[in-house]
Amino acid sequence: MAESEVLHAEHRLEYPYARSTGPIIGAFLTALREGRFVGATGSEGKVIVPPTEYDPLTGDDVGELVEVGPGGVIDSWAWVSHPLRKHPLQVPFAWALVRLDGADTAMLHAVAAPGPEALATGARVTAKFCPEAERVGSMADLESFVLEGGAA
Amino acid sequence: MSAAGRTVRPVSIASFAQSQNVRKDNERNEAEGLQPVIAEVFANVGITKDDVDFICSGSTDYLIGGPFSFVMALDAVGVWPPRAESHVEMDGAWALYEAWVLFQEGEIDAALVYAFGRSSLGDLNEILTLQLDPYYEAPLWPDIVSLNALQARAMIDAGKATEADFAAIASRSRRDALSNPKAQVRHDVAPDVLLEDDYVVAPLRRHALPPITDGAAAIVLAAGDKALQWSERPVWITGFDHRMETHSLGARDLTVSPSTAKAAEVAGVADGNVDIAEIHAPFAHQELIIAEALGLDDSVAVNPSGGPLAANPLMSAGLIRIGEAASRIRAGQADRAVAHATSGPCLQQNLVCVLEGA
Amino acid sequence: MADGTTDQGPVTMLATPISLDFEFTPGVAQSKFLRGLERGEFLGQRCGTCGQVYVPSRGTCPTDGVATTEDVVLGNSGTVTTYCVVNVPFAGQAIEIPYICAQILLDGANLSFMGLLQEIPTDQIRMGMRVEAVWVDEAELIPSLASVKYFRPNGEPDADYDTYKEYL
Ligand SMILES: [Zn+2]
Repeated sequence: MAESEVLHAEHRLEYPYARSTGPIIGAFLTALREGRFVGATGSEGKVIVPPTEYDPLTGDDVGELVEVGPGGVIDSWAWVSHPLRKHPLQVPFAWALVRLDGADTAMLHAVAAPGPEALATGARVTAKFCPEAERVGSMADLESFVLEGGAA
Repeated sequence: MSAAGRTVRPVSIASFAQSQNVRKDNERNEAEGLQPVIAEVFANVGITKDDVDFICSGSTDYLIGGPFSFVMALDAVGVWPPRAESHVEMDGAWALYEAWVLFQEGEIDAALVYAFGRSSLGDLNEILTLQLDPYYEAPLWPDIVSLNALQARAMIDAGKATEADFAAIASRSRRDALSNPKAQVRHDVAPDVLLEDDYVVAPLRRHALPPITDGAAAIVLAAGDKALQWSERPVWITGFDHRMETHSLGARDLTVSPSTAKAAEVAGVADGNVDIAEIHAPFAHQELIIAEALGLDDSVAVNPSGGPLAANPLMSAGLIRIGEAASRIRAGQADRAVAHATSGPCLQQNLVCVLEGA
Repeated sequence: MADGTTDQGPVTMLATPISLDFEFTPGVAQSKFLRGLERGEFLGQRCGTCGQVYVPSRGTCPTDGVATTEDVVLGNSGTVTTYCVVNVPFAGQAIEIPYICAQILLDGANLSFMGLLQEIPTDQIRMGMRVEAVWVDEAELIPSLASVKYFRPNGEPDADYDTYKEYL
């Protein structure tokens, strides 16, 4: 069959998922909406951020929630010179694993910076939240991290 | 199955077939693309679907964007009268593991395992986001290339690799693929030339990424008399295990693969000399992580087929590693081989299969 | 809230909408079927191994696992093998209820498919009823089942049960 005879069609698949958060993820998202971060205490007193309901290493229930951040350090980063349509920033930016002050794990988010030369593993960053009225209790309440000292 | 995960009941990779790996199969639906592969894997050993006791497949509906594509794909096998059949929403290497477990339990003597996936139908950078943590990671839509760039940067920062290492792996893989007619990206380009590529997401340049590939693969497994009848030189699975790590990317050390190391220990990789390793490392830097976790030394030929940097059909690229390793043992080019498959972001889940000639 | 005057309560739900764009292709055999609809005919394929005729064919025989390559033009009439009367309204419903959904075995085919039955009161539908396809005007034919407006009784006597009992 000639290729021109084979049909093709655009097809959009949409899932309007709404997920229940549970108490731990819900507490983290509630804190984000308030412009702050919390983590959960896991095995050996390690603080997991963002918090999971169970310790990712032992599977045990996590303990009390503790306040962390809003500053932290970059554990690793990747420079995006051409943002994709669903990326959180629509100008060149870095994805980074940021270990917030007081946390023992890193969280994934965007870092706004003028260019890759401004960034380094170990660099200090701090949170830049969306305006309070726009926050809904999701990861997008955090607009991005920015370099401490306001380089961005 | 023994507690150690080593084979009690020997199972042979009796036959392996794969489609031509292409950037885009623009004509055929899933069943049409798969049917010639199934026909070939049976014809290789002169059998039909009636000679296998069990069918297991690996695929994901997110690639085609429609439900139950694995049911449609069964049309390529023919499942009337009704057959014992199963499916995993994983690479076909995990489907092979499920079949292997049934062999160990004595339930079956022969099985067909296959996998298929067309990566070309949607935007993989968006589709693969759906394998991430749905609360903290997926809502930000981080693409698979960026996540692997984070892992590559962590390797560089830890002093475990350089960009030149990534280029060397990509260069070797695609040069080796020149002898693999099924591969998609086959060329002989020196690493220093590759290093002139632009960054896709720094520190990953174009060459360190796998190609986007449409393809399918199939394996026939056999035990006992059937294994001996169907192959003059049976290739036995002598160790098999798979392990996974936490979903939270930031809770892992991305420069190491403890799940692979554990699976390798359970499968007994170190119990003998390894001649070749087929490693499912779609991004160049991942080969270094897996080779270290498997405990391979420099004498081991890694990815003589070209590996996933030469053809990366999602859902079958891991199964193909097992098939390629087995084919080299059957051809007398190796006596003992390790095949590895991965799934999830940044090597989250890993499977290790040890193969030996008779 | 930051000023302490919260009236929102803790977060308990998270909306995570997903939208993905695909290029779908029905493949070689189903494209042939759809192109046939564009010409106002039902095109099936026969299996070279078992002789069964599938409409629409997906390019392989689901019994034998072999490629189907022989094209077969089927009749415009067929037999109702089974049916249901839809009385339940649902979102996106395009047809006025009640209406009849029937499995129709086209003459010459070994696989029935679902069609809308019209021009008959819902209490007169029965298994074995002979029906024919009513197509949209020629200018409106497209490669889609939307080219078939509906099926209606064709006036022939009911088919004998033995002729379709294998297809229920
Ligand atoms: Zn047939």
